[in-house]
Amino acid sequence: MASTPTAPAETTRANAPAAAGGLTAWFAVQIANLGSFALSRVAGIGDVTIFSLKTLGWIFSRRQRRDVLLPSFYQIGVLSLPVVALTGLFIGMVLAVQSFAQFKALGLQTRLGAVINLSLVRELGPVLAATMLAGRVGSAMAAELGTMRVTEQIDAMESMGANPIYYLVVPRFLGCLILIPTLTVMADFMGVLGGYLYSHLLLGIDYHHYWNNSREYVDAFDFLMGIFKSFFFGAAIALVSCHRGFNCTPGAEGVGRAATNAFVHSFVLILVLDLFLGIGLDNVHDFFRPEGPRRLL
Amino acid sequence: MPTTNTNRLDATKPMLLEIAALSVSFGKQDVLRRISIDIPTGQTLVILGESGCGKTVLLKTMIGLVRPSEGGVRLEGSSLAHMSEADLGHMRTRYGFVFQGAALFDSLTIADNVAFPLREHTLLKEPEIREIVSALLTEVGLPGSVGQKKPVQLSGGMRKRVGLARALALDPHLVLYDEPTTGLDPIMSDVINELMMRVRSREHVTSVIVTHDMISARKVADRIIMLYPLTRLGEDEEQLVFDGTPAELDRSTDPRICQFIEGKAGARLTEMRDEQARADAAPAATGNP
Repeated sequence: MASTPTAPAETTRANAPAAAGGLTAWFAVQIANLGSFALSRVAGIGDVTIFSLKTLGWIFSRRQRRDVLLPSFYQIGVLSLPVVALTGLFIGMVLAVQSFAQFKALGLQTRLGAVINLSLVRELGPVLAATMLAGRVGSAMAAELGTMRVTEQIDAMESMGANPIYYLVVPRFLGCLILIPTLTVMADFMGVLGGYLYSHLLLGIDYHHYWNNSREYVDAFDFLMGIFKSFFFGAAIALVSCHRGFNCTPGAEGVGRAATNAFVHSFVLILVLDLFLGIGLDNVHDFFRPEGPRRLL
Repeated sequence: MPTTNTNRLDATKPMLLEIAALSVSFGKQDVLRRISIDIPTGQTLVILGESGCGKTVLLKTMIGLVRPSEGGVRLEGSSLAHMSEADLGHMRTRYGFVFQGAALFDSLTIADNVAFPLREHTLLKEPEIREIVSALLTEVGLPGSVGQKKPVQLSGGMRKRVGLARALALDPHLVLYDEPTTGLDPIMSDVINELMMRVRSREHVTSVIVTHDMISARKVADRIIMLYPLTRLGEDEEQLVFDGTPAELDRSTDPRICQFIEGKAGARLTEMRDEQARADAAPAATGNP
């Protein structure tokens, strides 16, 4: 009986330079490792792209089932509402606390409403709602689907001729895509409320000036820009988290890693998307209003 | 003992499953190498082998859950490699798969689990589905009252029986079992064996069973094959170390087979110690910590 134990790849790599006995061989191994890393990254991006295209394909190729959609929508939308509202309220108050001293030094504290509300509807509302969704729902989706992968429930679904992307990913994707704008509106509303309450009740800013300045500097475009961005954030969270869950490695460690990666990757993607969408939408704004934004100071 | 209704080269029966020169690798790790098996309709094939030898991978490759790196699988004359995802999905409705841990959907009740393939692939009305679910649960020896429970509320043996009921829901031609008796007490193992016997007595049902359990293998098999882990084989050695009837298995003099069927570590233990010693010595030899 032949016995030929396979050496682990790391050991083989480590031994290669010694065996070749030269720096050239060591460089060759490093370049090979770099190439292998680059290839795996490219393959990973390709994998996520195929996964996303399949998800989009299943949205349009088959009627969605109400009994599958509603539980996902409830989990994603209704149960996320309180935490988004609470964090929105606090972020509005924090903005008031942090901006007040600077604006007071310039004698512009009555314009606090404008800066708080502009920051909220353009940036903080959508990003905060997306971050909370990634943390609360994205990680949970990755952990749930990861557990289903590890316990062969996804294989079982496939073995019964049911498509797991249709059953498991599409409802979560639609839930995130459709409900994240409502969560963003909630974050915006509570942030605006929190900022106003703190500014008026604790910092003593007159409500008339507060709202008048807000109305002057914040327009519908700013609000709609935040809502528009949130669709991309929702789609990114759902696709990244479901993909992580589907590709979960076995064991508790694998499920934990899938949940963590789902949040980290979603969060990074939210910020990257936020930057590029912000640049793109500012250009759109400039196109329609060449005079540029009104200046706060 | 079961009546041997076929053997590995039964020319009178059409081939349900043809596996030709099948190899499967995950990254750099080879799991299966050049496996060729033909399974005639109606046969009960048991796949034996120690943990990690690729039995489950072979089972999953049979219905396209794992894609081979080389070679191919033909089911009822159609190559799985040339099927679209939709065709593959449709084809799978004719086969049942019983998973090792039952793989019941945690979020659904037992009744909904068993009804899942019926709701997915038939136009039956709810009262008819409920009737079929109840009959299937009765067939695997479970009371109708378990239907409203969630999988976590059932014991391992009950979950396996629900898994079998779900696999039988669409009246499959081929039933694949992945370690159906693992983790069960001897009585429950025998219950599962009896259920497998009952399934195989259905007309035209072909069964493929992956197991470590020799009692189960001897009881239900028409034919047994044994796989050996690739890590312990040379480049030119066959991974399929046995293919024959249970009686032929008992007469085998191959030490690898005798060791497995007698459940004796013996030489394998020495081999494992040698492997460990080599692994411990390797870092020291290369100067690595």
